Amino acid sequence: MKSLWKYFKNYKKECVLGPLFKLLEASFELIVPLVVARIVDIAIPSENSGYLIRMCLIMVLLGLVGLGCSLTAQYFSAKAAVGFAAGVKKALFSHVQSLPYQELDRLGTSTLITRLTADVNQMQSGVNMALRLFLRSPFIVFGAMIMAFTINVKAAITFVVVIPALSIVVYGIMLGTIPLYKKVQGKLDKVTGVTRSNLNGVRVIRAFCREETEQKEFAEANTGLTKMQIVVGRISALMNPLTYAIINAGLIWLIYKGAVQVDGGIITQGSLIALVNYMSQILVELVKLANLMILETKSLASAGRIEEVLLTQSSMEEGSVQAEHLIGSVCFDHVSLTYKGCQEEALSDIHFALEPGETLGIIGGTGCGKTSVVNLISRYYDVSKGAVLVDGKDVKEYTFASLREQIASVPQKAVLFSGSLRKNLLWGKSSATEEELLTALERAQAKEFVLAKEGGLDQEVAQGGKNYSGGQRQRLTIARALVKEAPILILDDSASALDYVTDANLRKSIHEMNPRPTTIIVSQRTASVMSADKILVLDDGKQVGIGTHEELLKNCEVYQEIYASQFKTEEEMR
Amino acid sequence: MAKKKLTVEEKRERKATIKKIFHYIGRHKFMLGLSLVCAAASALLALYLPVLIGDAVDFVVGPGKVDFAGLAKVFGKMAIVIGGVVLSQWLMNVCNNRITYKVVRDIRSEAFDKIMNLPLAYLDRHPSGEIVSRVIADVDQFSEGLLLGFSQFFTGVVTIVGTLVFMIRINVLVAIVVVCITPLSLFVAAYIAKSTHDLFIKQSKAKATQTAMIDEMVGNAKLVKAFSYEDEAVEEFHEANEALKKISLRAIFFSSTTNPSTRFINGLVYTSVALFGGFRAMKGLLTVGELTTLLSYANQYTKPFNEISGVITELQNALACASRIFSMMEEPSQIPDGQQATVLEHVTGQVSIEHVDFSYTPSQKLIEDLNLQVSPGQRVAIVGPTGCGKTTIINLLMRFYEINRGKIAVEGQDIAECTRKSLRSSYGMVLQETWLKNATVKENLTMGKPDATMEEIIEACKASHAHSFIKRLPQGYDTVLGEDGGSLSQGQKQLLCIARVMLCLPPMLILDEATSSIDTRTEIKIQKAFLAMMKGRTSFIVAHRLSTIREADIILVMKDGHIIEQGNHTELLSQGGFYSELYNSQFAGVH
Repeated sequence: MKSLWKYFKNYKKECVLGPLFKLLEASFELIVPLVVARIVDIAIPSENSGYLIRMCLIMVLLGLVGLGCSLTAQYFSAKAAVGFAAGVKKALFSHVQSLPYQELDRLGTSTLITRLTADVNQMQSGVNMALRLFLRSPFIVFGAMIMAFTINVKAAITFVVVIPALSIVVYGIMLGTIPLYKKVQGKLDKVTGVTRSNLNGVRVIRAFCREETEQKEFAEANTGLTKMQIVVGRISALMNPLTYAIINAGLIWLIYKGAVQVDGGIITQGSLIALVNYMSQILVELVKLANLMILETKSLASAGRIEEVLLTQSSMEEGSVQAEHLIGSVCFDHVSLTYKGCQEEALSDIHFALEPGETLGIIGGTGCGKTSVVNLISRYYDVSKGAVLVDGKDVKEYTFASLREQIASVPQKAVLFSGSLRKNLLWGKSSATEEELLTALERAQAKEFVLAKEGGLDQEVAQGGKNYSGGQRQRLTIARALVKEAPILILDDSASALDYVTDANLRKSIHEMNPRPTTIIVSQRTASVMSADKILVLDDGKQVGIGTHEELLKNCEVYQEIYASQFKTEEEMR
Repeated sequence: MAKKKLTVEEKRERKATIKKIFHYIGRHKFMLGLSLVCAAASALLALYLPVLIGDAVDFVVGPGKVDFAGLAKVFGKMAIVIGGVVLSQWLMNVCNNRITYKVVRDIRSEAFDKIMNLPLAYLDRHPSGEIVSRVIADVDQFSEGLLLGFSQFFTGVVTIVGTLVFMIRINVLVAIVVVCITPLSLFVAAYIAKSTHDLFIKQSKAKATQTAMIDEMVGNAKLVKAFSYEDEAVEEFHEANEALKKISLRAIFFSSTTNPSTRFINGLVYTSVALFGGFRAMKGLLTVGELTTLLSYANQYTKPFNEISGVITELQNALACASRIFSMMEEPSQIPDGQQATVLEHVTGQVSIEHVDFSYTPSQKLIEDLNLQVSPGQRVAIVGPTGCGKTTIINLLMRFYEINRGKIAVEGQDIAECTRKSLRSSYGMVLQETWLKNATVKENLTMGKPDATMEEIIEACKASHAHSFIKRLPQGYDTVLGEDGGSLSQGQKQLLCIARVMLCLPPMLILDEATSSIDTRTEIKIQKAFLAMMKGRTSFIVAHRLSTIREADIILVMKDGHIIEQGNHTELLSQGGFYSELYNSQFAGVH
């Protein structure tokens, strides 16, 4: 929580004034029983109606001032909480944007999204309620006790017994049920899991005629949940009756003690009523306080999680050289890569060199490290051994932004952002002209279908680009990269949804670009890499071959296998 | 609590929903009765307590004028009342818990049974997330509403009525004053709720915009980096953030005025009781003790009102949830097997499809007059571009969907007249989207043959090339797989699914060949497993591989849901139709 304090900086005033006004309101509330005591002790016995009216006016006045105070307090609390949350959220968002791949992988995107949404919201309401209630509730509880003491010490001793007893019951039940509620949640997750799994596998289940078995399994999970819920319910059902019993037993004792004092002439009847009133005020506030504690525990947990992200340091050091007007040579000098937390190397001893304008194909099975290789060129990860050189310089020497400016990449997952198509394409180069955009679309084999749709370049793209087919989306992401006109172009399995003809045309048009970018094509299809100047064959992170198609067919066993699996005829395969 | 005007239909629907809820609650009549009795008892006894406290105060008049004997009697009564409240409250809570959770259990179980019997047409149309949220989230919300409704609604009403009666008995004038002023508090609460409603809608819109943005920019953080778009993204986020901040402040502040305002009005009620009660007391029409009682009533009189209005929104919510879940439970089930349904036996793999029409929606014709004769042991390849409806054929063969016209027969028997169980267990099915249960490898394998011996299992796994990787799993065949296969690769999952079918080896097969998600070397293994399985069995294959297609006895060429060509490889090529076009574009130049 400590590192988050700074986001309160602009709201210091609100953070002080909010609770302060809340306390003022509470103090007015505590005066009311005294006024009632006056009415009983003075106004009624002396039949002084003027005094009675005056006392009632005081009560209205107390209420009005209290209302004013409390509205002010609510406003300040809301302002501080919302401002604080907005500040945290912005800092968190920019921090996430600045994290390198390694940290993003470790934290996971779904986690980061939860931190930015649910956790920040939880903190916002935590701060808001804390400012409103954290002082108020204890103040009323202890204020009531102190006021009781000012009336009569002997009678007020009851408070000293009742308050801890109530606290023990309220907090004991809450603390006792929290782990049980977690168990309930676990059982509920199980029920959810079974339901979801059954819906996803409905065809298989019906194909194997497993409906009844599954029903039984669900019933079991469901009954387990119900049993647990009833157990927890039984414990929390004690809360109201027990607190009721304690507070009222205390009340009997208080009246008895008070009666003795009244009998001895030490306090008046009105004071006794005031004592009774104070007693009834504490229960409500104690329960409020207990609920607040639960809320604050949750908020603190959220704060901890947010802090963890904010304190995540980038594991990479940025270089200082501006990469400008590169010619695009790429060289891997005995490169190995070990991902953080992994024992084994993801890549070992990768070694090759590419001249400007050359094309490299990378091929291999799933999970063999193809994407890892291209990620090293943009320096999304740091090598653990060797060096990656771009234009003869280690990529570690360049600044991140300038290096990535020089590389146009098309990731495996074809993602577009909501907004116009033009806005998406301009991601590559914000100053691109209409003509440049159209050229890029044409090269990416996308011009035809783009212009066929209503709106042309200004057509709307739905979130994730869902209004396009897989193949169309891939071509648009390729166009977005081509707009950049960078000296290095990386296509990471980004033509998998295209048919062979379109794929071939795409490669041809890239080949005809002037100046031709150094191109790296990652693919599982031999057809896509066959014509490359060099082909890098990976197997389980190891470089098992590099050379042209013909060379590899002669001397690389893995390449032969891959080729055979895709091209051989049925007879030969058997 | 923005009250919407309900149409007649909505009212009728709501009534129907309530009726159905009572049908479930009605199963717990004894508990329900006990709960209601306890609720009434605890509310009334709790109301009697202030009267007793008032009596006690009246025994304590002044120095030397304290009636200790009287006090002792009152204390005794108080102890009994307190004991009664405690007992009845506790009993009520326990009953309510039981009723609620059991009703929820019943509804969930029935909903799940229903899912198992819904036609696939329904399940395919509704995303699984939506159905899960009905069975889980909606039912949860409903249970919360039900529990709250039970605990608070009834006691609230009893308390309000009881307080009124008690107050009138003590002093009519003061009672009237209270009754006249309290509605103010309700009006204020309703007014604030109404005027903040719009703000909340605006707030949730702003929130949704921001969340969508977070989803995009954080979900694709790597892409953002690739294009060095970080600064622009932060800038865009800042704008959304500021907009949300502004609207949130207003929404939160205005809604938080409810409590102070109602508290103020309650203070007014309290003061009026003190004022009018004070005057009455001066005239000796009211004792000080009775005034105390009235004051404490004034304090708690408004509470049940506020609670009830909270409960009513909660209940409305619960009703909405209940009607969503009921609407699913009332969907027509799949047509049950008829009384005379025959059990398919001795299947050799002869399938005939005669004049079959089928469409998912009546307005969009799909399959028209499909005819196909498959002899035992033949291979049928279904080909066509992605999304052309190849799975439709599977849906019909397995009777996941009912055909609109014509007849599909296995061994000459109309499948509509066979039991589903016997039909489906005559087929072995391996789909591209592999599905595995959250259970051990063994349990997953024996899905079709629960009594298989370990030897049989291992043999099947060896035949399907799955044995070697299963052996290497931490607990071998007893390794528990996570939801949807957990850490297994797509290829391994596929091999498991094949082994699963291999174990029961039914006379007919439905296979869906893998596409690009598996690397080609694993694919060879899968292909070999497929070949081993297909030997001597009638098989229907959704085919992507040239070799499979060329080997097939019959090729069904599909486009946009229609079967446009039918024949073997050579026949179709010589026709020069869509198949030859497809063949040339996909595979030309490959040799």
